[in-house]
Amino acid sequence: MRSLLRTPSDRSLIRDSSLVWLASGVVGVSFGAVSVAGGLPVWVPVLMSVVVYAGSAQFSAVGVLLAGGGPVAAAATGLLLNTRTAAFSLAVAEIIGSGRAARFLGAHLVTDETVAFALAQPDPVRRRRAFWISGLGLFAVWNTGVLAGALAGGALGDTARYGLDAAFPAVLVALVLPQLRGDATVRRCALLGAVIALAATPAVPAGVPVLLALAGLFLHRRQPVEATV
Amino acid sequence: MNAAVVVILALAVGTYAFRLVGPVLHGRVEVPARAQELASAGAVVLLVALLATGALTDSGGFAGWARPAGVLAGGVLAWRRAPFAVVVLGAAATTALLRVAGLG
Repeated sequence: MRSLLRTPSDRSLIRDSSLVWLASGVVGVSFGAVSVAGGLPVWVPVLMSVVVYAGSAQFSAVGVLLAGGGPVAAAATGLLLNTRTAAFSLAVAEIIGSGRAARFLGAHLVTDETVAFALAQPDPVRRRRAFWISGLGLFAVWNTGVLAGALAGGALGDTARYGLDAAFPAVLVALVLPQLRGDATVRRCALLGAVIALAATPAVPAGVPVLLALAGLFLHRRQPVEATV
Repeated sequence: MNAAVVVILALAVGTYAFRLVGPVLHGRVEVPARAQELASAGAVVLLVALLATGALTDSGGFAGWARPAGVLAGGVLAWRRAPFAVVVLGAAATTALLRVAGLG
């Protein structure tokens, strides 16, 4: 990484990233506010955002904690959600670069949004710039948003009044919709999984219904191989 | 150690380990296509289950009508390819307005 803002193409990458930064900043504020309003001290969402840096896992871990699910269920739910970052990190390994510092710092910046943004670029140079610009900017905005939300959270009072509890499921809808649109097999698995999770919710501890949803993958059959290739 | 510290540490270490898989294995091991396929499908299945339970349930019971209505509004906006921020704020605003109108 030399200076940011080196070329006109960097400025266009920043312009496109800034929309994602804005949205993530809003979600970060809501994460901080929801956590503190739920009864956690300010340092919990703030520290978690710096060292975990994964929105959906943070929301679910805090959700399980606040629902009384206990630390093991909270960490397990978050980790299961984050297993996908392993697949993402494989997808962007080439883009991150091969230097030791780049690999160890870049790994922490692997998120759904940054991976999607980097992979959408046309050539390898632009992909690498996109990864770092989106990744570093998102990290800064996310953590600033969480801090602001956590500090304001107490003052906001009951966040249910602002409809913040509807924001996170809506974020997930926006993230998964393109994949559901494009893939009928995944759609079937996800539908079965959601039905299983909803049916299990009244009966099992918080965090477990989502894990049970993975049974939906039984509908994910290997593509039959044609007799003649 | 308090529960929140345990969660944060376990989640941070585990997540960073997942994220290192790519950069560390890069150029050394080939991941089977079937495993990659199941991993990415599994991520979507998890997220959909999370959004369904998050939209409809609260502490093991029904969450009331305002929240799922807001999420549905967000879903319609996302389906019509509205920007991410519009989807999120639209969902929250719908739920907030329904609550002002007296709907749980």
